[in-house]
Amino acid sequence: MNRREAISSVALLLGGTVLGAEIFTLTGCTSTPKQINDLFNANDVLLLDEIAETIIPETDTPGAKATKAGEFIALMVKDCYDKEHQKVFLDGLKNVDEEAKKQYQTDFLSLDKEQKKALLTNLDKQQKAYQETKEKEAPPHYFRMMKELTLLGYFTSEIGGSKVLTYVEVPGRFDGCIPYKKGDPVYLNP
Amino acid sequence: MSEQSYDAIVIGSGISGGWAAKELTEKGLKTLVLERGRNIEHVKDYKNATKAPWEFEHRGRRTQEMVENYPVLKRDYALSEKNLDFWVNEKEAPYTEVKRFDWYRGYHVGGRSLMWGRQSYRFSDLDFEANAKEGIAVDWPVRYNEIAPWYSYVEKFAGISGSKENLAHLPDGEFLPPMDMNCVEKDVAARIRQQYKDQRHMFIGRVAHVTAPVKGRSNCQFRNKCSLGCPFGAYFSTQSSTLPAAMATGNLTLRPHSIVTKILYDKDTQKATGVEVIDAETNQTYEYKAKVIFLCASTLNSAWVLMNSATDVWEGGLGSSSGELGHNLMDHHFRLGASGVAEGYDDKYYYGRRPNGIYVPRFRNMNGEKRDYLRGFGYQGGASRQGWNREIAELSIGAELKEALIQPGQWTMGITAFGEILPYHENKVTLDKTVKDKWGLPVLAIDAEIKENEIKMRKDMMDDAQEMLEKAGLKDVKAHDNGYGFGQGIHEMGTARMGKDPKTSVVNKHNQVWDAKNVYVTDGSFMTSGSCVNPSLTYMAFTARAVDHAVSELKKMNL
Repeated sequence: MNRREAISSVALLLGGTVLGAEIFTLTGCTSTPKQINDLFNANDVLLLDEIAETIIPETDTPGAKATKAGEFIALMVKDCYDKEHQKVFLDGLKNVDEEAKKQYQTDFLSLDKEQKKALLTNLDKQQKAYQETKEKEAPPHYFRMMKELTLLGYFTSEIGGSKVLTYVEVPGRFDGCIPYKKGDPVYLNP
Repeated sequence: MSEQSYDAIVIGSGISGGWAAKELTEKGLKTLVLERGRNIEHVKDYKNATKAPWEFEHRGRRTQEMVENYPVLKRDYALSEKNLDFWVNEKEAPYTEVKRFDWYRGYHVGGRSLMWGRQSYRFSDLDFEANAKEGIAVDWPVRYNEIAPWYSYVEKFAGISGSKENLAHLPDGEFLPPMDMNCVEKDVAARIRQQYKDQRHMFIGRVAHVTAPVKGRSNCQFRNKCSLGCPFGAYFSTQSSTLPAAMATGNLTLRPHSIVTKILYDKDTQKATGVEVIDAETNQTYEYKAKVIFLCASTLNSAWVLMNSATDVWEGGLGSSSGELGHNLMDHHFRLGASGVAEGYDDKYYYGRRPNGIYVPRFRNMNGEKRDYLRGFGYQGGASRQGWNREIAELSIGAELKEALIQPGQWTMGITAFGEILPYHENKVTLDKTVKDKWGLPVLAIDAEIKENEIKMRKDMMDDAQEMLEKAGLKDVKAHDNGYGFGQGIHEMGTARMGKDPKTSVVNKHNQVWDAKNVYVTDGSFMTSGSCVNPSLTYMAFTARAVDHAVSELKKMNL
């Protein structure tokens, strides 16, 4: 990726509809990313959005970013994780950028789609291996956390749950045995 | 101190208290229902019942704040963002765990009738005769034939959907149309019947859901959001069923925020005269008088009320003369079973979210078989297609994973065993006066554990599950035991058991406290043994029967 492309993709992120203007506070030339909560700032959310979008990309249906996955992940880690899990996650988030620098000499956000996918596919391999050998009580690998929260955030969002999957608020009846045609989406609550 | 008189007082407004209120008011008694918690109005106060999954901030998951505030509830699935306000504030109402005991409580109008599992089965003489035949604890003073009409009576009103199966040990009831089994369940049921030569059965769960018109309620809409309160009134709860019936008589007074601290006892007449109440909001004390009292505060809290009553006559409280008050605590032990994969159904699916599963009634220690333990267990479970949250080992991230998760996964089926726990005298609750709740009242100390009989049974519970699913043709069947904490079944029973002899039981065959005949205890505390079936339907039947007895005795001037 050349410098020009990197700038335009970041600009796209900033101007995108996913992230509201309230997330970023730009103060002249020196910008301080706004804190989203005690643990995450706006830059972190951008990074989480890109990680989530790489896990669940836009295809003929919207991707994770369209469901504000980054904001959701930041909220869940702050509210639902205990301190130990939070530390694993936050260290892991830093590590994503460090991996990017190690492999591509730039931060994760500046990578192109293929590079992002290659990097995270590798992290997914690591987490799968780690899960096999870790102590039962030990926290999961940070990338497993990221993947789980991405899937949860995406598929239980209004877009993911009702536009991509099928959600019927009031089914009205139960049919125990109906034909299924391959390709039809699964119910949000199967 | 103000004083008011009623014909009857009902302590508690859950499944049993609601039934007592309905029956008493319909028989013309001016009835006061005392509920220790707040009111929850039908439909109006089910604030999360119609929310879509994405309208919950944490999508239903538990937060660290919740985990901290609910040290007991967090031990199982029950702790959820979606119905948190249906569960007791644990910090206000602590208890002492001599041994681990999971006590899941609902302190509000309707009690746990709002969150119950709704599975509704009759006991049979296999259950009522078991203690006598095996020399365990004391004999039930009743047999199935006496209770059967009362099961019918409550089933017709509560609305129980189910299928007739003609099994002596799991008697059929007055059923509304059964829910469907799905394709896999139907085939598994047929194979179990065939493989076990008609000695084991699997059929759709019997569940307190309206599947045909019942007055004032709508049919089940298959949303499967029951534990948030049902705006359709489709499942039986105090709010959907017994409370409106009691209200309609004009004889009901409902007083929320009323913690009954004791039953007032007159030693000259040897009867209760009323109750003392602390208003949970103002801390003021009130007395209410009545001719008859129904104690339906939930198993352990009913024992607590009795232990705090008439202590000037009996140090251990009303009903303690037998030495059995607080003893013989039971539950159902569970959280183990097996699951497997059903192949060959990729072109099959279902529609709707069925709030019910399948049931496999007890088959052990029957028809002459003798295992190395007493009693038995049943299974609950079901088959379904996997959803988006399944693990796909061979896929990593990206479009391929996304496309795969958008479509349903393979069919899996799981069953979980629910086993009987024997009534052990040493499994007990006592008052712990060193710990006080928010209102300065002593708390319960709970001291119970499963023993050798249950531990031996658990081996069968797991092995049989695996064998049955394998014989039914499922693949990759895996057994599991997720461990069990006493109380986790949320089927607390015993502590004021029914019997034939005042020396060895707390209540008689009509649920009357031997030492105060105008006090009827009709929640799970009267249970002499526990069976392995879900117990609430039995509380309903005994409650309706006890009210019938009480009103007839009142007319005869016997109370």
